[in-house]
Amino acid sequence: MPRKTLAQFSIEYLQVLDEDGTIDSDLEPDLPQESLLSLYRGMVRARELDQRMLKLQRQGRLGTFGPCTGQEAPSCAAALAMEDDDWFVGAFRELGGRLMRGEPLTNTLHFHNGWEEGNLLPAEVGRRMLPFAIVVASQCLHAAGLGFAAKQAGKDEAVVCFMGDGATSEGDFHEGLNFAGVWKAPVVFVSQNNQWAISIPRENQTASETIAQKGVAYGMPCIQVDGNDALACFVAVKQALDRARRGEGPTFIEAVTYRLMMHTTADDPRKYRDEAEEQLWWGREPLIRFQKYLADKGLWDDAKEEALREELRAEVDDAVKDFESTKPWAADVPFEHVHGEKHPTIERQHQEFLRNLKEEADA
Amino acid sequence: MPKLTMVQAINLALHEEMTRDERVLVMGEDVGVDGGVFRVTDGIHETFGADRALDTPLAESGILGTAIGMAIAGLRPVAEMQFSGFSYLMMGQWEGNATRMRSRTQGQHTCPLVVRMPYGGGVRALEHHSESREAMYATCPGGKVVIPSSPRNARALMTAAIRDEDPVVFMEPKHSYRSFREEVPEASEVMEIGKAEVVREGNDLTIVGWGAMMRPLLKAADEVAKDGVSLEIIDLLTISPLDSDTVCESVKKTGRCVIVQEAPRSFGVASELIARINDDALMYLEAPVKRLTGYDVVTPYFGREKSYIPPVSRIVGGLRETLAF
Repeated sequence: MPRKTLAQFSIEYLQVLDEDGTIDSDLEPDLPQESLLSLYRGMVRARELDQRMLKLQRQGRLGTFGPCTGQEAPSCAAALAMEDDDWFVGAFRELGGRLMRGEPLTNTLHFHNGWEEGNLLPAEVGRRMLPFAIVVASQCLHAAGLGFAAKQAGKDEAVVCFMGDGATSEGDFHEGLNFAGVWKAPVVFVSQNNQWAISIPRENQTASETIAQKGVAYGMPCIQVDGNDALACFVAVKQALDRARRGEGPTFIEAVTYRLMMHTTADDPRKYRDEAEEQLWWGREPLIRFQKYLADKGLWDDAKEEALREELRAEVDDAVKDFESTKPWAADVPFEHVHGEKHPTIERQHQEFLRNLKEEADA
Repeated sequence: MPKLTMVQAINLALHEEMTRDERVLVMGEDVGVDGGVFRVTDGIHETFGADRALDTPLAESGILGTAIGMAIAGLRPVAEMQFSGFSYLMMGQWEGNATRMRSRTQGQHTCPLVVRMPYGGGVRALEHHSESREAMYATCPGGKVVIPSSPRNARALMTAAIRDEDPVVFMEPKHSYRSFREEVPEASEVMEIGKAEVVREGNDLTIVGWGAMMRPLLKAADEVAKDGVSLEIIDLLTISPLDSDTVCESVKKTGRCVIVQEAPRSFGVASELIARINDDALMYLEAPVKRLTGYDVVTPYFGREKSYIPPVSRIVGGLRETLAF
C-alpha cells in the first residue's frame, strides 16, 4: 500500500496596482469613476484624521490610539465592496472603513480621549457595525455568529471581519474560522498583515509560510493580496462577498501591508525595528500609487489633490473643534447601560456615587 | 403535571420558550442529536430541527463568542458549556464582550443570551467536573449569574433567563439534576432574576444557601429545628445581581446568620454576603456571621470530596454553634 497525498493546497497572490502605480488591466475591476474617487477620498480622509490625531495626542489633547497610516486600503476597499446591510466587524486599524461606513469623526476623537460619547454612533451607522475589537481576535467569533444568524434568517447579508497578523495566533481566530467554515457562514475574514504585532515581527509570530494558508484547514478559499493595493483588496473582498451571498461560505484574505507608524502612541518602534525598513514601506504605501492610477485615467491632478486635502483638513478641523467644545456627558454615565433594567444594588451605588461627587465638588 | 426532575424541568422550559419564541435556539457540544450529555436538550433536535438544536464544534470560547454574534443579530441563543470546569475558556468572551456590549454601544447592541453549565460535585465525576466557581462569573458587571435549586424554580428561572435582555450564566447543580423530583405546574412560570426567595420563615437564625447546598441545608435545618428553634431559610437563586436586601432584612429580624457555600471559602459569594450584612445589618447581629464552605484547595477527586463539600453534620454543628453564641 503506497503512501499517498491526501491534501494539497496553493496560495494565490493578487496585485492589481503595483507600487509604482502600474495597473494590470486584465485584473482591473470595472468600477465607475465615482467609486474610484470615493475609495481614494476615503483613504485620504483616514490619513488626514490619523495624522491630526497623532499631533493632538502629542500635544496632550487626545489619549492613546493606534494609528492606521499606511493601512488605509483594506478597510476602505471593503467598505466600497459592502452593501448597507452587511456587517462591519473591525479590529482597531480600520479607521478608513469605519469612516466610509458613516462613523462621524467626532466619535473617533471622543473614544480615544477616554469618553464613552465615542460609543454612541448614529443609529443607522451602528446598526451594522460592531464597536472595534481591542481584545485581539475576539471579534472573529462574533462575525461567525452574525453570519450564522443571517444565513438562518435567509437574509442576503454578509459579514466582513478584520483582524491583524498577531490575531491569527489567537485561539478565537481559529475558532471563528472553524465555526464559520462548518456553518458555511457568509463571512469574509480579512487579516491585515502589517508585519508587526507591537514588537513581534511576522516571522516570530508564526512559522506558517503565509498567513493566508491558515484558513485552508477550515475549508475555505484563501488568498494573499497586496494590502497596499486598494484595487486588489476590492477585487478580493468583492469576490468573497459574492461567494458568501451565493451561500458558498466564508473566505479568508491576507492583506499584506505595513504599520508605518507606532503600534499605539504609547509605543516606540525605534526599540525594535530599523528606520530603513519603514522607509522601504513608505515607498509602497497605498495613497501615492492610487493617485497616480487616477491621474493616468485622467481623473486626478495636482489641483484636485490640493482641493481634496484642503477640504478634508477643514473637515477634520471642524471635527476637532466640535470634539473639544462638546460638553461631556454627566460623570455618572457608566451607571447607565449596565443591565437592561437597573438592579436596586446598582441604583444605590449610583446614588452613592452622586453623593460622593457632590462632596468632592463641595470640598 | 407529573413530578419532574431538574433535567426534565429545564428541558420543559427550553421546549416552552422555543415554541413561544422562534428566535430561541440551543447550541453547544452534543446538544443536538444526542440531546446533551445530561439529556437537558433531549428532544429539541427532533422538534425544532438542526438549526435550532445546533451541534457546535468543540470550543468553549467559540460557543459563547458565536452566541454573542447571534444575540446581536437578534437571536436568543441558549448555549451549553458541557461542564462548568471547561467554561473558563469562555471567560474572555464573557468579560470582554458579552457583559459589556450594551455599554460599549450605549445600548444599541445587546447580548440577550443564556450560558447553561452543569456545576458542582457529588456525582462521582472525573477531575475538572466538580467545581463551583459561580463567583468568577459574578465578578463581571453587566452579566447575571443564576443558580436554581429545584425542578420548579429551575424551570421558572430558565424561562426568565431566556426572556432576560442581558447575558445570563445559568449554573445547574448537577448533583440535583436527578436526585429528587418536584411538582411543576402545568402553566409556564417566570421567577424574577435578582430576587432571593425566603423558603421558610423563622425568627432565631437566618440560613442562606443556593444550588446543590439547599438540600443538605434543609435537612440540617429540620434536624436543628427539633431543638425548638425557629429558622429562616433563604435560597439566593440569583448570585449576580445579588439580592442582599432580602438577606439583610432577615438578619435584622433574627440577629444570626449562617451561609452555606459549596465553593472554596475565600473570595466567594459568602464573603460578599458577609460584607453586605456588615454594611446594612451589623448593629442587629447577636453572633458573628458564620460561613460553612469548601476549603481553599483544588477541588478533591470524588473519592474524598464528601467531607469537603459541607455535609449535613457540619451544617448542623454550625447552626447550633451560631445559635449558642
